[in-house]
Amino acid sequence: MKTTCPICDAAVTLEKNTEESEIISCSECHTRLVVAQMKGAFATLEEAPKVEEDWGQ
Amino acid sequence: MIKIGLLHTTIRGDEKLIIEAAKKRKVRVKLIDVRTEIFNRETYKADFDVALERCISTIKGMHATRFFESLNVPVINSSVVATVCEDKFLTSLMLQKAKVPTPEFAMVFTEEQAVEAIKQLGGFPVVIKPPLGSWGRLLAKINDTDSLEAVLEHKDVLGSPHQKAFYIQKYVKKPGRDIRSYVIDGKTICAIYRNSPHWITNTARGGVATNCPVTKELASISEKAAKAIGKGILSMDIFETGDGLQINEVNHTTEFKNSEKPTGVSISGAMVKYCIRIVNRS
Repeated sequence: MKTTCPICDAAVTLEKNTEESEIISCSECHTRLVVAQMKGAFATLEEAPKVEEDWGQ
Repeated sequence: MIKIGLLHTTIRGDEKLIIEAAKKRKVRVKLIDVRTEIFNRETYKADFDVALERCISTIKGMHATRFFESLNVPVINSSVVATVCEDKFLTSLMLQKAKVPTPEFAMVFTEEQAVEAIKQLGGFPVVIKPPLGSWGRLLAKINDTDSLEAVLEHKDVLGSPHQKAFYIQKYVKKPGRDIRSYVIDGKTICAIYRNSPHWITNTARGGVATNCPVTKELASISEKAAKAIGKGILSMDIFETGDGLQINEVNHTTEFKNSEKPTGVSISGAMVKYCIRIVNRS
């Protein structure tokens, strides 16, 4: 599945088993992105949320 | 066929491994982004057998856990275990009470008490940590009174109420690494060294994972800690000291994606198997 980076407009190819809410990186600008929506052959990417105080282990 | 409700916020590499491991075992996974749910007991229909809490946000994960427990859905890890693990002070108290070796610590709320507590801990250096937090964020190694004053004043002026509770831990000099062991259902399945020249060794901060053999001593302290905290899927952060191993922290939504390759152990597979066991037991 192909889509574009919302930051640098580079083409981004998603793997077959990609899930909504998955975190990926743009290979061009290296921005951390999140797969916001997947509908049929279309996927929308957004900049990943910034780390918050209660994140992680 | 068993169905796992995988509670998540963002999907990381760790969750992808769990999804793959479930597929291999013919276990269905329902992805539940807790940020888009309405947790109302009157209207919610839980159509899965067990919930696996994997939220990156501790607070959202805890609310989701409590909700599904109220619907009598077993949640891994339980809210009892999560409550202990999310709070470093409570974790330390539980470990100390159960006589599990752990670095000395104290909790104070003022600078005056901090000075006194540090004397009780044997003097500088010490580490000040937020009781709630991870990935090594806002940890401060305090070497002297000047830096203690500066850090506490900054926390007092700029911090949230959480940051105004000062958890102080005796600084443990590490041999360029610490250990993370993985304990599922009370058994140690594997461990890694987290190697870093920095005193903060989290892999999220650049620490490099290599295999750590599970010795009798390592299994014993890991399993004692798990017994003190509660059963489930846990990982232990462990220091090697001159007096033997010491448990530093216990994690309840552990990140493990960097550990499967060096250990050769499918941690995700062990997690899925544990979910199956919990369903079969209930």
